[in-house]
Amino acid sequence: MLRIRIFDEQACDLAMKGHLPGALHTSTNQEAAVVGATMALRDDDYMTGNHRSHGHPIGKGSDVNGLMAELLGRRTGICRGKGGSMHLADFSVGSLGESGIVGSAVPIAVGAALSASVRGTDQVALTFFGDGGANAGVVHEAMNLASVWKLPVIFYCENNGFAVTFSTARSTSVENISERGAGYSMPGVTVDGQDPLAVYEVTAEAVRRARCGEGPSLIEAKTYRTREHAEGLNLSYRDEDEIDAWKKRDPIEVFGSWLVDHDVLTSDELALMRAEVMAEIDAAVAFALESEFPTAEEAFEDLYSNPFPNRGV
Amino acid sequence: MNGATSEPIKPGDGSTHRATYLGAIREAQIEELRRDDSVIMMGEDLVASLFGTASGFLDEFGPSRIRDTPISEAGFCGAAIGAAMTGLRPIVDFAVSTFLYVAMDQIVNQAAKTRYMFGGQTSIPVVFRAAHFSGGSNAAHHSDRPHSTFMTVPGLKIIAPSTPYDIKGLLKTAIRDDDPVLCFESQTLWNAREQIPDDEYLIPLGQADVKRQGTDVTIVAIGQSVPHALAAADNLQEQGVSAEVIDPRSLVPFDWETVFNSVAKTSRLVVADSATLTCSAASEVVATVTETMFGDLVSAPIRVTTPDIHIPFSPAMEMGLYPDATKIAFAAERTLKG
Repeated sequence: MLRIRIFDEQACDLAMKGHLPGALHTSTNQEAAVVGATMALRDDDYMTGNHRSHGHPIGKGSDVNGLMAELLGRRTGICRGKGGSMHLADFSVGSLGESGIVGSAVPIAVGAALSASVRGTDQVALTFFGDGGANAGVVHEAMNLASVWKLPVIFYCENNGFAVTFSTARSTSVENISERGAGYSMPGVTVDGQDPLAVYEVTAEAVRRARCGEGPSLIEAKTYRTREHAEGLNLSYRDEDEIDAWKKRDPIEVFGSWLVDHDVLTSDELALMRAEVMAEIDAAVAFALESEFPTAEEAFEDLYSNPFPNRGV
Repeated sequence: MNGATSEPIKPGDGSTHRATYLGAIREAQIEELRRDDSVIMMGEDLVASLFGTASGFLDEFGPSRIRDTPISEAGFCGAAIGAAMTGLRPIVDFAVSTFLYVAMDQIVNQAAKTRYMFGGQTSIPVVFRAAHFSGGSNAAHHSDRPHSTFMTVPGLKIIAPSTPYDIKGLLKTAIRDDDPVLCFESQTLWNAREQIPDDEYLIPLGQADVKRQGTDVTIVAIGQSVPHALAAADNLQEQGVSAEVIDPRSLVPFDWETVFNSVAKTSRLVVADSATLTCSAASEVVATVTETMFGDLVSAPIRVTTPDIHIPFSPAMEMGLYPDATKIAFAAERTLKG
């Protein structure tokens, strides 16, 4: 969680300084909803995500150097500067990519689960989408397909309350998106997305079901993004009181206190952990800033596995 | 002729058998399913095999690899892409080419872009098969020729074979290719028959076939227009005009060399394609030849396509829209007068 938080903070700082081209969507205040889920996965399990892209691969264990360099459009970026902040992927840790098209990566995860099923492995696939994605037609097609084929998929909705400015209450036919699981004969569970242990528990159960052939599950983690949809926007569509109330439920502060209160960590150990992660992200920023930009010619690489000359060059 | 001499047919006794276009598709699929356990198939009514290209597959390969899908084109197309990214080689039978539009986001934003956007971390070995329906009063929702549309999308490969020999060799190559390949099949060609080798053969993508040699005018014909171009060449021969007919077979990648060599010889070009005119494959061929070898041309190239209109239901309106031998021959004559 700390790694995601500090990564996002540093990314915002780099954007302010003009080092980060393009749009930037942070997961700030949603870290528990991400990490509680990814912690329930094995290294060889698959995962897809969305435009709010940094937390998912970090949660899956991706090296932050390659991610940060990608945000800055460098050659050493995990996607060699072709994807950027919204489209991270790290196949070495099972992160099959984040889609800038809302909902579009959800059937990709179903396909990864299909592959695991056909190949006879016990891998599972978890797909992150938001409350906005929950209303995309292809998500419903994917849920039905996974259900009729009984595939090992975890449909994981981070309901952060808003699709850009449009509230879930106004956009969505059900109070809890998890209710939609019933329509596809799969369990649907709503969980407090600010509580990493609760998130882990329900995700682990969904993973267990998937791994032993009991089929897909739908999880809705209720959370809230305390920053704007994307950095630089200043839109008025929600109350300051609402934002402040959710800030009081900052999962890093709340869970940090819980760890200390339950004698899992001392305050000093927590501070040391924070310092270590800060140093790790600082190093990633330095690595990214020191990395070269790709050449203009590199735009023509990576299109095909079996390439042929690009036309129009 | 099918240009077989230039292709890597494995040594054998040269024996052949008679195959239809649809039968050749079935042969290609069954051979690849037997050869490689990672090849799977999915599509609507696949098990029932409405057109016979997958008949008997469920019995031989089982329900894990042969899958009927719900009517969820975007969903199962995305699933095929995800499976392709993680070790399988899916063949997706879209049946009707207009159904590709329903899965447009998955084909364009995912299949075509994923390898590129993620810096080459993955490959997408998937084949999307789709048939053009023409001349059967199917109206515009079942009669379209969208191959040109997809030619504007980098990251896809596109084949449009016109003979049983070609579709078998190209489809087998497409299934083995590590990139997404769209295979356009014309229903007007389904019953075409010819002798094809008993031995296994592959045809590389990006290799055109000179279906008929000639010296006076080059006719590039795509998919279902190929037999019409050959008929036009017969008619032209009777008038003393020698037409060369080239079937690109593969639209992406495209064998420009074969077309350039032909036009260098004939100095005249007609392109026949059943798609609509604007931004068509025919337009691309004419533009590229004109840009590249303007000085070799003695007359303006001519496109023979369907006009920019949807396919109507009534045969009274539909049948006259497509390129046919008369239109192609007339265009060839015009280039000779030019």
